[in-house]
Amino acid sequence: MRALVTPVAALVLCAASVTASADGLKVGMITTLSGGGSALGVDVRDGFMLALDQSERSDIEVVIEDDQRKPEIAVQIADKMVQSDNVDVLTGIIWSNLAIAVVPSVVRQGKFYLSPNAGPSKLAGEGCHENYFNVAWQNDNLHEAAGGHANDAGFTNSFILAPNYPAGHDALTGYKRFFTGEIEAEVYTELGQTDYAAEIAQIRASDADSVFFFLPGGMGISFMKQYAGSGVDLPVVGPAFSFDQGILNAVGEAALGVRNTSQWSKDLDNATNQAFVASFQEAYGRLPSLYASQGFDTANLLISALDKADVSDTQAFREALRAADFSSVRGDFMFGPNHHPVQDIYVREVIMEGGVLTNRIVSLALEDHADAYAGECSM
Amino acid sequence: MMPATLVAEQVLNGLQFGVMLFLMSAGLTLVFGVMGLINLAHGSLYMIGAFACAAVVSLTGSFWLGLAASLAAAAAAGALVEMTLMRRLYQRGHLDQVLVTFALILVFSEGTRWIFGAFPLYLDIPPSLAGTVALPGGLDYPLYRLVIIAAGLAVAAGLFQLVSRTRLGMRIRAGESDREMIAAIGVNIRALYTAVFALGAALAGFAGAVIGSITSVEVGMGEPVLILAFVVIVIGGIGSIKGALVGAILVGVTDTMGRLLLPALFGTFLEPADAAATGASLASMLIYLLMALILFFRPGGLFGKVA
Amino acid sequence: MTPRIASAAVALLLLAVPLAGTVMDEPWLITLATRVAILGMAGVGLNLVLGYGGMVSLGHAAYFGIGGYVAGVLAHHALEGDPVLLWPVMLGGTDSMIVIWLVAIVSGALLALLIGCLSLRTSGVYFIMITLAFAQMIYYFTISWPAYGGEDGLPIYLRNSLFGLDTMDPMTFFLIVFAVLVVVICLVSMVVRARFGLALNAVRQNETRVRSVGIGGFRVRLVAFVMSGAITALAGALFVDLNRFVSPSMLSWHTSGEIMVFVILGGVARLWGPIAGAALYVFLEQVLGSMTDHWQFWVGLLLIVVVLHARGGIMGFASGQRSDDG
Repeated sequence: MRALVTPVAALVLCAASVTASADGLKVGMITTLSGGGSALGVDVRDGFMLALDQSERSDIEVVIEDDQRKPEIAVQIADKMVQSDNVDVLTGIIWSNLAIAVVPSVVRQGKFYLSPNAGPSKLAGEGCHENYFNVAWQNDNLHEAAGGHANDAGFTNSFILAPNYPAGHDALTGYKRFFTGEIEAEVYTELGQTDYAAEIAQIRASDADSVFFFLPGGMGISFMKQYAGSGVDLPVVGPAFSFDQGILNAVGEAALGVRNTSQWSKDLDNATNQAFVASFQEAYGRLPSLYASQGFDTANLLISALDKADVSDTQAFREALRAADFSSVRGDFMFGPNHHPVQDIYVREVIMEGGVLTNRIVSLALEDHADAYAGECSM
Repeated sequence: MMPATLVAEQVLNGLQFGVMLFLMSAGLTLVFGVMGLINLAHGSLYMIGAFACAAVVSLTGSFWLGLAASLAAAAAAGALVEMTLMRRLYQRGHLDQVLVTFALILVFSEGTRWIFGAFPLYLDIPPSLAGTVALPGGLDYPLYRLVIIAAGLAVAAGLFQLVSRTRLGMRIRAGESDREMIAAIGVNIRALYTAVFALGAALAGFAGAVIGSITSVEVGMGEPVLILAFVVIVIGGIGSIKGALVGAILVGVTDTMGRLLLPALFGTFLEPADAAATGASLASMLIYLLMALILFFRPGGLFGKVA
Repeated sequence: MTPRIASAAVALLLLAVPLAGTVMDEPWLITLATRVAILGMAGVGLNLVLGYGGMVSLGHAAYFGIGGYVAGVLAHHALEGDPVLLWPVMLGGTDSMIVIWLVAIVSGALLALLIGCLSLRTSGVYFIMITLAFAQMIYYFTISWPAYGGEDGLPIYLRNSLFGLDTMDPMTFFLIVFAVLVVVICLVSMVVRARFGLALNAVRQNETRVRSVGIGGFRVRLVAFVMSGAITALAGALFVDLNRFVSPSMLSWHTSGEIMVFVILGGVARLWGPIAGAALYVFLEQVLGSMTDHWQFWVGLLLIVVVLHARGGIMGFASGQRSDDG
């Protein structure tokens, strides 16, 4: 594997020849295990490994590396996994910016990438690739569902806010794509902002009848606590990220009753999901999060494909992945033409259950929802 | 045209933000003024205060015990750090101080994550301070934020009293002007330094707990605040408590008003989505531009002694 | 070991690792060595002001980042085929490394000139905080400015080109980086030995005395600061080629801290010190990181020990003498 003459083509050849292990496959997981945001990476990893344990397969080897949430580290780990570890499939990345840095390069080198969380529009439209499968959602999906829910709830005038970075812009665009009412104001906050008094003051002074926000991580915790204490009582809608299991405890009772959109909930009524929730709790001593469910589904998708085809037969393995012939914790699951999910998205409500804050499903927001970029993808 | 209540509310918000920044900056500027030490790990003390408060609240259910714990934990951590590490750094250059305190950030952040896990902790304001107050002019403002403003101003007044009226303050002022002299007249300079460092740490811990109650208690929460506190003391003049107060309120109000006014300004000639994004981009740079401007005319800051 | 031999040892070691990687068929080692060389080069830039000039800049991520964005933006426009500027002059993108390096050097120098003019009027703690604050301002700007990806960053997919070489080949790219590094270190070596270097050293030790003999302290420090920014920007451009990706995280203040850590771990005011420091840091990251998720905790502790007890860093230790600077 010394002389890489024309890099991309040669790497594709190498990938096919060197890693052609007759049975079994090697997975490289790049995820955030230290530093800020590691909670999400840990959950994806734990969900993924739980599914592998349950399958009792010995022919899947997993290499796990921590990207520290830094894109340049993620790129270097991907290089290592492709160049030295000879992995067949990569997965695990949590953040869109890291996915954009890593995915185009690895899929062009003939590796498969299964995304357990990030779904940037760049990789769903023109930048789609036959070896890239998104097992979570396209980034806009949950925001679109929030817009759809706002219509159903009879809102006519929304105040919308998100951090001033690409995922924030996508979030507001996604909401506006489905919301048919007026937009009172759209506000971009600083990334990592902790004090939302200024924005809440603007909400108070506005004529809006509803608030939509996308503020992942600590930003959402801060916003909800300050909003609850502000005396403003407009209904709030948001994507699941700020109301999911891992974070809900930190938001506290300020979150009670808030509607949020998600493709998964722990009370989804199917046997796979019930078994998943119970076994996750047993294995790790905590309730699973959205991210854990996505890691679990990603592993099961991979196992289902390996049951059908050997990874050295790239064509057949790709077909097997595309079939998505596995039992998802979300119930129905299929891939659209751009290898992104077509799935139901629900509205959940935050409730108190046995002294623990959690979510329950109240309605269906969008049925068999696909993303807006599939049309731009040609593969 | 913006409603007057909105502008008034934003001024209050800016004031509250500024008062919080003052609590952070006061410790930094005091430690620099007395010991000549630059402490990057000051943000970690803020984080320790918030985590201690959250941990004690979840154990006892009492916010006030949590608040006391935040003061105690941050002061203890500060004293410990001062006695084991900082003490060796007073005679060294700023470079060593920057490096050791940068390394301390790694240790504190990763250590906290080790103990408390990677998820944010729960901490809320006490029920007695929840809700809003009706202010004249028809403005409902959160009681808790008013209390922060009052508490911050009280701490500022207390600090001025401490420095100008008490024995400790006299020694602090003496230490600022002549370190050898104060040792020569028999003041236990080691104890004095430890006390000053612990006092600065306790102020940071207090700010962490108070602000953590309305924001998110998570690892790394202190770093953005630390950098703002630097801007504050550069503007105010390093070593000056009065400068820290003025600088903090200037930065707090400028930042808050900038975030309101700049998008509105751009909205007069840009599409709403573009105006919001461009205005927000510039608003995030505004306080740094303010700093550059002040430095250009007064390199030593507003109340600094020397540049 | 004399300092000269210690330097040679570092340079040879840096060459040996990728060779070993080739022999053992572990191309990852080549990538790691390339990373060490680039991060070390950023440290060489900082070392010029910090080690030789005594100016503690905590904002060198700004130059590293601007070099990175020059490479990313020019390559992006070359890929898309649209011009960077239409007005006042038509300016196209390029994927030529030489052009990108030159633009990165000039951009880094100009930014350093601007920041230097403001921050060098101050000294000591003011200087530290002001350099940090300006870097932070640029960081926030790149995050929120949507044109080049904002927080998401900007992928360029393929490395830029140089004399028709296959730059995607890890070894080829390593050798390019190594050659640039050697040239940079030779230039820095000439600068610090020239009259300018003596003046810089004098300014560091006693500014008043220097001023009394008619050398402008401000001007000497500003020139060093500008050169330093240019070198770090060049390293930033190479870093983006290594990763085929640029993002604001290159500009975060942790990057500034890390560049400083390379200089200190290696030994202040030693030509090859930052390379040794970067090598140790990357080694620790790889070894400790494979053992525990909390490796940063141990790196922090180690750094404290080094600063308190081994002030000469690796190079000081290897050559059996302490650096003359604290």
